[in-house]
Amino acid sequence: MWLFAAGLTVLSAGALLSLLLSKAPRLASWTGSAGAVGGCLLAIAAAIGVLWSGESAGATLAWEVPLGSLAVEIDPLAAVFIIPIALVVLIAAVYGAPYMQGSYHASTVGPSWFFFNLLAATMLLVVAARSGLLFLVAWEGMSLASFFLVLTDHRQESVRRAGWIYLVAMHLGTACLLVLFLLLGRSSGSLEFDQFAVEPGLAGVLFVLALIGFGTKAGFMPLHVWLPEAHPAAPSHVSAVMSGVMIKTGIYGLLRTVTFLPELPSWCGWTLLAVGVLSGIGGVLFALAQHDVKSLLAYHSVENIGIIGIGAGVGLLGISYDIPAMAFLGFAGALLHVLNHALFKSLLFLGAGAVQHGTGTRDIDRLGGLLKTMPITGGTFFVGACAISGLPPLNGFVSEWMIYLGVLLSVAEPARDANVAWAPLCVLVIGSLALIGGLASACFTKAFGCMFLGEPRSEQARHSHEAGRPMRAAMVTLAAACFVVALSGPVFLFLLRPAVLTIVPPGAREAAAAVVPQSLGPLVGVCVIFWATLAAVGLLSWGRRKMSSAGKVDGVPTWDCGYAAPTPRMQYTASSYASPLVILFRLLLRPRITLHPPVGLFPKQAGFESETPDLFAQYVFGPTFAGVAWIASKLRRFQHGRIQLYVLYIALTILVLLIWKLG
Amino acid sequence: MLAISGIVQIVLALVLAPLLQSIINRTKAVFAGRRGQPWLQPYRELWKLVQKGTVYSRTTTAVFVAGPIVGIAAVGLALALVPIGGWPALLSFPGDFLLVAYLLGVGRFFLVSAALDTGSSFEGMGASREVLFSALAEPALLLSLTALAAASHSASLTGIYAAIDSGMPATAAGPAIFLITGAMFVVFLAENARIPVDDPNTHLELTMIHEVMVLDHSGPDFALIQYAAQLKMWLLGSLLLGAAAPFRFGSAWLDLLAGLVGLGAIAVLVGIVESSMARLRLVRVPQFLIAASILSIVALFLVMR
Amino acid sequence: MALWLDVILVLLILTSLWLLGSSRLRACIQAVAFQGIMLGLIPLLCAWPDITVRLAAVAVLSMVVKAIVLPGMLRRAAREANVRYEVQPLIGFTTSLLLGIVLWGLAMHVSRQLPVTMLHVTPLLIPVAIFTIFCGFLLIVSRNTAVMQVIGYLALENGIYVFGWAFAIEDPLLVEMGVLLDVFVAVFVMGIMIYRLSREFDTIETDELDSLKE
Repeated sequence: MWLFAAGLTVLSAGALLSLLLSKAPRLASWTGSAGAVGGCLLAIAAAIGVLWSGESAGATLAWEVPLGSLAVEIDPLAAVFIIPIALVVLIAAVYGAPYMQGSYHASTVGPSWFFFNLLAATMLLVVAARSGLLFLVAWEGMSLASFFLVLTDHRQESVRRAGWIYLVAMHLGTACLLVLFLLLGRSSGSLEFDQFAVEPGLAGVLFVLALIGFGTKAGFMPLHVWLPEAHPAAPSHVSAVMSGVMIKTGIYGLLRTVTFLPELPSWCGWTLLAVGVLSGIGGVLFALAQHDVKSLLAYHSVENIGIIGIGAGVGLLGISYDIPAMAFLGFAGALLHVLNHALFKSLLFLGAGAVQHGTGTRDIDRLGGLLKTMPITGGTFFVGACAISGLPPLNGFVSEWMIYLGVLLSVAEPARDANVAWAPLCVLVIGSLALIGGLASACFTKAFGCMFLGEPRSEQARHSHEAGRPMRAAMVTLAAACFVVALSGPVFLFLLRPAVLTIVPPGAREAAAAVVPQSLGPLVGVCVIFWATLAAVGLLSWGRRKMSSAGKVDGVPTWDCGYAAPTPRMQYTASSYASPLVILFRLLLRPRITLHPPVGLFPKQAGFESETPDLFAQYVFGPTFAGVAWIASKLRRFQHGRIQLYVLYIALTILVLLIWKLG
Repeated sequence: MLAISGIVQIVLALVLAPLLQSIINRTKAVFAGRRGQPWLQPYRELWKLVQKGTVYSRTTTAVFVAGPIVGIAAVGLALALVPIGGWPALLSFPGDFLLVAYLLGVGRFFLVSAALDTGSSFEGMGASREVLFSALAEPALLLSLTALAAASHSASLTGIYAAIDSGMPATAAGPAIFLITGAMFVVFLAENARIPVDDPNTHLELTMIHEVMVLDHSGPDFALIQYAAQLKMWLLGSLLLGAAAPFRFGSAWLDLLAGLVGLGAIAVLVGIVESSMARLRLVRVPQFLIAASILSIVALFLVMR
Repeated sequence: MALWLDVILVLLILTSLWLLGSSRLRACIQAVAFQGIMLGLIPLLCAWPDITVRLAAVAVLSMVVKAIVLPGMLRRAAREANVRYEVQPLIGFTTSLLLGIVLWGLAMHVSRQLPVTMLHVTPLLIPVAIFTIFCGFLLIVSRNTAVMQVIGYLALENGIYVFGWAFAIEDPLLVEMGVLLDVFVAVFVMGIMIYRLSREFDTIETDELDSLKE
C-alpha cells in the first residue's frame, strides 16, 4: 500500500513543481513528465503486488469530514484498472514532453503538466477509493483536471465549446452518482463502501442511476455526445489518456456498483447489453462517416466501450440466470478489453498526434503516402488498426473472443435453460459483434489507407516529417504490448480470475471459477494459431524475398487503365471509400450532402461536401438544451440587480418557510 | 491418428482447391455450348505466374508485398480448423469457427490495404465495396454457425459437423438447417466473388470488386492471391457442405470421398448459377446479404424456440 | 407429419419476408399465391391421417380462392393499372426486412405469453400466424401502391386463417367461410379502388389521394 501512496505523492509533487516552474517551460515539462513516470511506476508495482499475491491491500486514515473516511484499498478489481491507467499515463508522459514543446504555446506547458499529473493521481484515487465521499471528490477532481486539459488550446473557439459540452455532461453524470451514493448509504448512514446496503426493490433503480452516471463518463450511446467534441480538442497525449483510460473509470464504477447490488433483476443485464450494442454499432458507423482522424478515433472509443458493455451485459445475464460460463467469460472479456482498448486506443491517438505534429492537419482527406516519410508512426498505427479491428494475432481479438465464447459455450450446452431468450441473445451478442468487427475493419482500412498509403493528397502531407525519438519509443512500446497481450492470452485468464470473482456474487463464485479450466483449452488453441500465423507469415516472407530477386521491376507508375496523366487528387478519398456504407445506413447517420454537379458542356467548378453531425447531439440534446436555455432566459427577469427586490425575495422565503414549518 | 487425418485434409485442400475453379469453368462452358478449358488450366496459370517477374509501382510500400503473403498464411491456418466429410480437423476447440472467420478477415484487411497502397482510384473503389460486402456477410456466417452449434450441442467445428449427419434433416432442426444452408450459400457466393454479387469474368474496372483490387499485383504475388482465393473457396465450400449434404456411409474413407464429390457438386452449382443468373445491381447486393443474415436469425429462432 | 408442417410454416415465414423485401409486384403476387397453397395444406397436415371429405373440400376451395382467383384478379388489376414496381415505399425494402426480423422476434415472444395449451401439432403455428399478421400490417402501412396494399391485406388474412386453424381445429368451416367472405369483400373494394384510381389519376400511388383533401 505504501508503494501506491508514494506513487500518489510523486504525482502530486510533479504536479506542483511543474506549476511552480511554469515560467521555465522546458524545466516544467521535464519535472511534470518525470513525476508522472515515477508515480505511475510505483502504482504499477503496487497493483502487480496485489494481483501476484491475490490479497487486497488497504489503509484507512482519519479524515475530519462528516460521512467520510480516507479509506483506500487496492483489491484485484481495482488493480486490474490501475495497471492500464498507470501504464498509459506513463507512456503518454514520455510522449507528451516533446509533443507539448513542438505544438503549444510556452505559457500553457506548466499548467498543462500540473493538470496532467493531477488527472493521473485522481484517476488512481477513484479506482482505489473505498468511501463514497472520497470517491466523489476524486471523481470531480478527475473531471475538472481533464476539463482544463481539454482547454489547453483555449484560444480556439471550437476548443472552448468542446470544453463546455464536456463540463456540462460530466456534471449531469455526477448528479446521478450523488443520488446513487446517497441511496446506497441511506440505511447505514455511512458512505463507506463496505457499509453499503440495498433496500429491497431498489436494485433496479440504483442500477439505472449508475448506468446513467457512470455511462456518461464511459461514453455509452446516447450519452456519448461529449466524446467526439472533447477528444479532438485536447492535445494528443491527453486524448490518449482520456480515451484510453479515463473513460474506463466509468466502467470501473459500473462494475463496482454491481458488487453492491447482489440481486439484480435480469432486465438490467438486457439493458446493459442493448446499450452496449447501440454504442458498438452506432459508434463504428459514426466513425466511418468522420473526416477528422481524432473524431474518428473518439467514435471508436464509443464503439469499444460498447463492446465492453456487451461483455459486462453478458456477465450480468450470466449472474441473473445462473450460467457460470456467461458470467465468468463475459466479465473477463470486458475486463481484458478494458486493458486492450487502453493499449491500442492510446497507440492510435499518439499516432494521430504524430501525424498532426508532422503535417499540421488532422483531415484524412488531405493526407496520404505518409508511410514513406513516417515509417515508425505508420507501422505502429497499422498494428493499432489491426488490433482495434479485432484481428488475430492481436489482443483485440482475444477479449472479443472471450465474450463470444461465453455465449457459445452456454448455447451449445445440451441442458440449456429454456427460460432464457437464447435467440435474441445470440443475435445481440454474436450478430452485433460480427457486424462491429466487419465495420471496424472497413473504418480502419479507410483511416490507415487514406492517411499512410497511396500518394500525398496535399502539400502538407508531402512535406511531413517523422516524430522525435521519445514519441516513437512510446508508440513502439504500445504496439509491442498489443502483441504481448495477444500471444500470452491464457495467462490473463488467471490474472483476471480474482477480479472477475470480485464482481460475481459470493454464491456463484465457485461455479464461475470452474469456468477457468474449461476455457483454458480453447484459449491455448487460439494462442497456438496466433503463434502459427506469425511463424507462417515470417516463413513466407523469407521465402518470397529469396524468390523475388529475379525479374523484379521497380519504380513504374500504378496501372491506371490507360489514362496517361493521373494526379494524386484522383485517388479514392476517405469520403468516397466510406460512402457506400454511409448511404446504406443513412437512416441512422443522416449525412448532410451538399452537391454542386458539373453543369454544361464545359463545366467550370463542381463540388461535393458531406458532413455527418451526431444524431443525438442534433435531435435530442440540442433541442433539450435549447429548451432549458429558453426557460432560463425567462427566469432572468428575476435577476435585475435591484437590491431592494433581492431583500424582498429573502424576506418572502423566510416568511414562507416560517408559515410552512410553524403553521 | 487424429493428426494424420487433419494433415490428409489439408494436403487434399492444397492440392485439389484449384480444381474447383476448373469445374466451375467447365460447367459454364457446357451451358455456353463451348468445349471449355483443360482440367488442369488453373494449375498451369499458377505455375506460369510463379515463374514470372514482379512489377512494383513506385507508390507502393511494404504493405503491398505483405498483402498476398498474409492472405495465404491466414487462409492456410484457417484450413487447419475446418473439417470435411465428418473427419476431425487438425486442431479443434470450442469457438474455433470464430477464429476461422476472423482469420479470413485478416487476409481481407491486408488485401484491402494492399489495394489502397497503390493509390489507384479503381482499386480504392473495389476495396470500398469489398469491405462493405464482407462486413455484411460476416454476421450471416457467424449466426449460421451459431445456429448449427445450438442444434448440434457442440461449439467446435469438428463437433458440429460430426453431429450433423444424414439423419439430422429429418429431425425438428431440419427446417432450420435448410435455412442455414441458404444463408451459407449466399455467404459462399459473396465471399468468393461470384455472381450474383461479383462477376469474376467482367472486363470493366468500374464494375469489378475483387478483381479490381488486385489489378496491380503481378507474378508470384498474384499467384499467391489466386491460390488463396481458391483455398478460401474450398474452405467455405466445406463449411457449406457439412450443413447442406451431411452424407455418412459408415466408412471414414467413403465419407471423405462423399465430401470431395460434394465440393465438386457445389462448384457445379456455382457454375449453373453463373450461367443462369445476371449480376445484381450494386445497390441491391447489401439487401441480398442482409437477407442471408435474416435467414440465419430465423434459423436461430427455430433451433431455440 | 409435424416435420412437414414445420417445413410449410417455415416457407410461410420466408414468403412473408419475401413480400417485405421485394419491389416487384408480379413476384409479390406470386408469393402471396404460394402462401395460399401452403395454407391449403395446413389443415390436411394438421388432421393427418384422418382426413374427411369436408376437410379436403375446404382445403381445395381455399387453395383455389387464395392461390388462383385472388392472385389472378390482382394480376389483372396491376396490368390494367400498368404498374410493375413499388417505387418509393414509405419504409425502404432493406429496413422492412430488418423490421420483419424484429417482428418475428416479437411474434415468438407474444406467442410464449399466450396461454394456449391446445396445440397438439406444432408450437410454431401461433408465432407464424402472428408474424404473418404483423407483416400484413407492415405492408399496408409502408407501401404506396394500392396493389401492394391489397397484397398486405391478403397476407394479413392468411395470418388470421392460420390463427383460426390453431384454435378451431375441431370445426373450421365457420372460420373458413367468414375469412373467405371477408377477403372477397376486401378484394372487391380494393379492385374497384385500383381501377378508379388509375382511371382518375393515371397512377395508383395512394399518396396522390392527398390532393383530394382540399
